[in-house]
Amino acid sequence: MEVATAPASKAFGAPGEPASARQVMARPSRFGDKAFEWLTCAMALTVAVLVILTGWELWIGSVGAIKKFGFHFLTTSTWDPVADQFGALPFIYGTLVSSAIALIIAVPLGIATAAYLTELAPLWIRQPLVSLIEMLAAIPSVILGLWGIFVMIPWLRDYPFAWLKRFFGWTPLFSGSIYGPCMLAGGIIIAVMILPIIVSVSREILRSVPDLQREAAYGLGATRWEATRIAVLSYAKKGLFGAVILGLGRALGETMAVTMVIGNTPQIVASLFQPGYTLASVLANEFTEATTDIYLQALFEIGLVLFGITILVNLLAQLLLRTIATTSATRAVQ
Amino acid sequence: MHLERAHHHAWRKIKSALASGIAFVSAVLVITPLALVFFHLVINGASSVNWDFFTKLPAPVGAVGGGMVNAIVGSLELLAIAGVIGIPIGVLGGVYLAEYGSARLNSVLRFLADVLNGVPSITWGVVVYGLVVLRFKGFSAYAGGLALGLIMIPLILRTTEEVVLLVPNGYREAALALGVSRWKTIVHIVMKTASKGIITGILLALARIGGETAPLLFTAFGNRFWNHSLSEPIAALPLQIFTYAISPYDDWHRQAWAGALVLVTGIFCVNILVRFLTRGRGAPVV
Repeated sequence: MEVATAPASKAFGAPGEPASARQVMARPSRFGDKAFEWLTCAMALTVAVLVILTGWELWIGSVGAIKKFGFHFLTTSTWDPVADQFGALPFIYGTLVSSAIALIIAVPLGIATAAYLTELAPLWIRQPLVSLIEMLAAIPSVILGLWGIFVMIPWLRDYPFAWLKRFFGWTPLFSGSIYGPCMLAGGIIIAVMILPIIVSVSREILRSVPDLQREAAYGLGATRWEATRIAVLSYAKKGLFGAVILGLGRALGETMAVTMVIGNTPQIVASLFQPGYTLASVLANEFTEATTDIYLQALFEIGLVLFGITILVNLLAQLLLRTIATTSATRAVQ
Repeated sequence: MHLERAHHHAWRKIKSALASGIAFVSAVLVITPLALVFFHLVINGASSVNWDFFTKLPAPVGAVGGGMVNAIVGSLELLAIAGVIGIPIGVLGGVYLAEYGSARLNSVLRFLADVLNGVPSITWGVVVYGLVVLRFKGFSAYAGGLALGLIMIPLILRTTEEVVLLVPNGYREAALALGVSRWKTIVHIVMKTASKGIITGILLALARIGGETAPLLFTAFGNRFWNHSLSEPIAALPLQIFTYAISPYDDWHRQAWAGALVLVTGIFCVNILVRFLTRGRGAPVV
């Protein structure tokens, strides 16, 4: 075994080091070193194993349903466990619509907040605000759902929903009667859940914008807002997009809070006042009730669809954020 | 001409102030839910947090009173199992990324860990259901702990890597120059120097999974009584809150609020502890 020529790492082995010196140093038994390296390597590789294992396990669990329903599983909308009819379209629809509502609310609020925290706010207020947003991120989903059921929904029903119905009731989106738990309430609670991550990632992005950008804008006589808009926000566009996609990934998989306020009815209707259902919610509600094999397999397939969508969205987000990190790093070097 | 320009300048200043105002209102709107949730937790929950809550089992439907002692203990047991699985794998894996490995492999692993952090937590419930519950024919504390442990791995891995990379190279070189073997250098010098940061990462991960409900629904399953064996279903605080919240009984709703207040207090205490440990440095949120 060639111990002396162990792969050079970041931390050790400067590039120009003479090989002979390293060989002399490497004489004592290196069994402990090798063992430790392999042990830590095995641990690090678990993340790869987990990705594969998850995909495999979900595939194995759902293969029966995939064979039986084929592509129709994704395009039909009858979900009737008693008749062994399983179509996931209402859940896919509910997941997409509730996430879209969440993004419509959370993106402008989140980016404006991030801009406030890095560019516009007085210095003394920044750190306390950041701490508060971190605390919001720490609230468990189930507790937000509890609050959603008993506080948010009654309030929404009496004021904003009633108002929306009065002025926009003529549009299909806000037609029909208001029950309380509904698609709109689900979207709003998801918005609350994803705001902290959108704010914190956007804030990191804005902070990585070089000060030179701001100085140039101020030097040309820009006001604070003009500097923020022209020199900072437009410069960071791609990174902010990454933050939004990351938020979307979280929105698609949000489970407990949504399950508690969205109404859990598998249907595709235009009105946002009607109850809906999401992929994650149907798993949460029906998994322990699955009495037949095909029912369980259909739920596994829902899990597979959810896993597939969130993996893709997160891949995209990481790619967007990673290019930002590398380009800003190269810029810093130059 | 001159007047016009002054006019234009004033308008730009007004616009700037207006934008700052809008951004300020956004920030307030973002933290409003936090304030409201906390306010309602105290209003609705404080009256039911009493001695009974911490010492008694849940009362049968209809009977007033009872507590959640089994759920609190159950949550701690689940956290312990999750910790046994997640902490060593996460910490050692993070050390590997920081100290060994080729740049290419490491960037792939880092990437995968970040992607895993974005996978919905309920997915882990489904996976563990297939891996453990179906195979061993029953919900169990082991299954619940495993699901939570899997969530911890990528979280701890990333925070550990970050703090280990912060240890100055001079420390490593000094130890190696004294003839200390590389692995001992890493364990005794590097990890020890970074221990505060590593512990911070572990605490944040524990606080995060302590509130997780979705992965426990069909692994730990919940239990209204004491759990006598880890291979049987076990109660957990977030699960109990969920069950009570969606029940039709007023008394259970009160218990749900009380449980939520206790859970949030616990999580906030850990977060404050973390802030205390990392004074001067921004703590990672995700």
